Amino acid sequence: MSDVRTTDDLTRATAADLASAIASGDVSSVEVTQAHLDRMAAVEPAVHAFLHVDGERALAAAAEVDAARSAGQALGPLAGVPVALKDVLTYAGAPTTAGSKVLQGWVPPYDATVTRRMLDAGLVILGKTNLDEFAMGSSTENSAYGPTHNPWDLDRIPGGSGGGSAAALAAFEAPLAIGTDTGGSIRQPASVTGTVGIKPTYGGTSRYGLVALASSLDQPGPCARTVLDAALLHAVIAGHDPLDSTSVDAPVPDVVSAARSGDVRGLKVGIVRELGGEGYAPGVEQRFREAVDVLTDLGAEIVEVSCPSFTYALPAYYLILPSEASSNLAKFDGMRFGLRAGDDGGHDAEEVMGLTREAGFGAEVKRRIILGTYALSSGYYEAYYGQAQKVRTLVTRDFEAAFAQVDVLVSPSTPTTAFRLGEKVDDPLAMYLNDLCTIPSNLAGNASASFPVGLAPEDGLPVGLQVMAPPLADDRLYRVGAALERALEERWGGPLLARAPELVLRPELVEGGPQ
Amino acid sequence: MALTPNDVADLARLARIELTPGELAHLAPQLDAILEAVARVSEVAAADIPPTSHPLPLANVFRADVVRPSLPREAVLAGAPAAEDDRFRVPRILGEDA
Repeated sequence: MSDVRTTDDLTRATAADLASAIASGDVSSVEVTQAHLDRMAAVEPAVHAFLHVDGERALAAAAEVDAARSAGQALGPLAGVPVALKDVLTYAGAPTTAGSKVLQGWVPPYDATVTRRMLDAGLVILGKTNLDEFAMGSSTENSAYGPTHNPWDLDRIPGGSGGGSAAALAAFEAPLAIGTDTGGSIRQPASVTGTVGIKPTYGGTSRYGLVALASSLDQPGPCARTVLDAALLHAVIAGHDPLDSTSVDAPVPDVVSAARSGDVRGLKVGIVRELGGEGYAPGVEQRFREAVDVLTDLGAEIVEVSCPSFTYALPAYYLILPSEASSNLAKFDGMRFGLRAGDDGGHDAEEVMGLTREAGFGAEVKRRIILGTYALSSGYYEAYYGQAQKVRTLVTRDFEAAFAQVDVLVSPSTPTTAFRLGEKVDDPLAMYLNDLCTIPSNLAGNASASFPVGLAPEDGLPVGLQVMAPPLADDRLYRVGAALERALEERWGGPLLARAPELVLRPELVEGGPQ
Repeated sequence: MALTPNDVADLARLARIELTPGELAHLAPQLDAILEAVARVSEVAAADIPPTSHPLPLANVFRADVVRPSLPREAVLAGAPAAEDDRFRVPRILGEDA
């Protein structure tokens, strides 16, 4: 462990180091929390990772952790460490917007299970992070509150839908963040920001208090700058929850030990043949191949594996997701919560619903609801939704066949590095291709993660490697991620994010001004 | 296939979303292109393949039938667009011609 006091900035420290320093009294949680709030004040005007900053409650929660430590109480492994929460999970007392105008100003009366577990573990919630509206998108440009900017290049997208959480990490505004992953919304942002993102096995983390997009695909998970930090957060939020009827009643895989071990000797790693080639940026393929070579050097056995049905995963996903979304989003009808438009005494309830949804939903949400309505219409149901469900079976079978041969599968996390803001905003099909590699794991429900493996030579932007593991074998993700992190950081001479450009700070916004 | 703005208007009515003529004209070719792309799922010969609706082999999940505290009325109504007499106030349900 490094002494966090000797680092130039508490915001650069890992969550694991911060927790140790807080537990030993080297630094207080209030100091750590204030350092992150100061950093947010300085860089938020440029990055816009947060939709809501909860500074007062964060400092109060930090003071409580400090008091508990002074009183000699035992602290959890992440007590006092700040975390950023994607604004699609409820936190009582703070607004939950899901990036939509339809929920502007809505303050939920209850905590999501993920939120509750973090609060119980003494984590300090800094605020709510930006996302594509209802988590529909790969760039955060679909947020009704404006896009988030990638800290590596402010003119580029931070990925999506969880671009706010990923950018908060990459901009050193928070050491930990929570994301949700329906088709890649944790892994793709992690990939394009040089951070770590894990989609746990479906059912491994609770969806209670998550504003549902597609219930059979959505899964909350940890985001961090290091593999161990992600594992520590995973251990806090995961595990059976009686409030989510799809929650798996099984022990949480020992992800923390796996992250500390990083031993891949004898591990069988399959490269998915279908996830590469045409459409993949040369720098992405190069860094991916180099990372696979690192695994070989570390004693892993590499084979090529074919998953032919993966080529149908994207079209199947864009039938299943809109179908489920069109049903889930029916609750935003202007009656019990959120926006109501056109209630002028002249319009009846049905007209008010139509006017509310017209005013409250953005273009992508409307596109997907209408697409889902079409796919579920009688006459089209079998050809679209029914057929997509069969593809889902085939994708799952491909995974099963692959995992009979290998322990994990790998691919690039996303075909390209971060593209420019605005480049694909009105070209839905081009936007959808960002999730080409990540979608199969959502359809099958297995565990999956993205880890940084370098910068593409052509543009100097981060590249991610995706690891896919069988259901409930989430620990294997961390084993591979830790192995790569250790070997690559030795080669790079430090973490990848140390190479991110310094953001232009606005010292007049930092409390106390420049030192 | 060729989805027309009229088709989109019908779907939008089913989905309870008012759309302007401009939106309908913009959305129709986009949705058409997406539908053409996703129609690839029909290439899979799938007569003998069972559908998957969910990644887990789910059975009904039951809990003990015991009373638990619910959210206080004020907390729930605090988020309502309109409330009256401890209830949600909604626009009239029946149209003029009902």
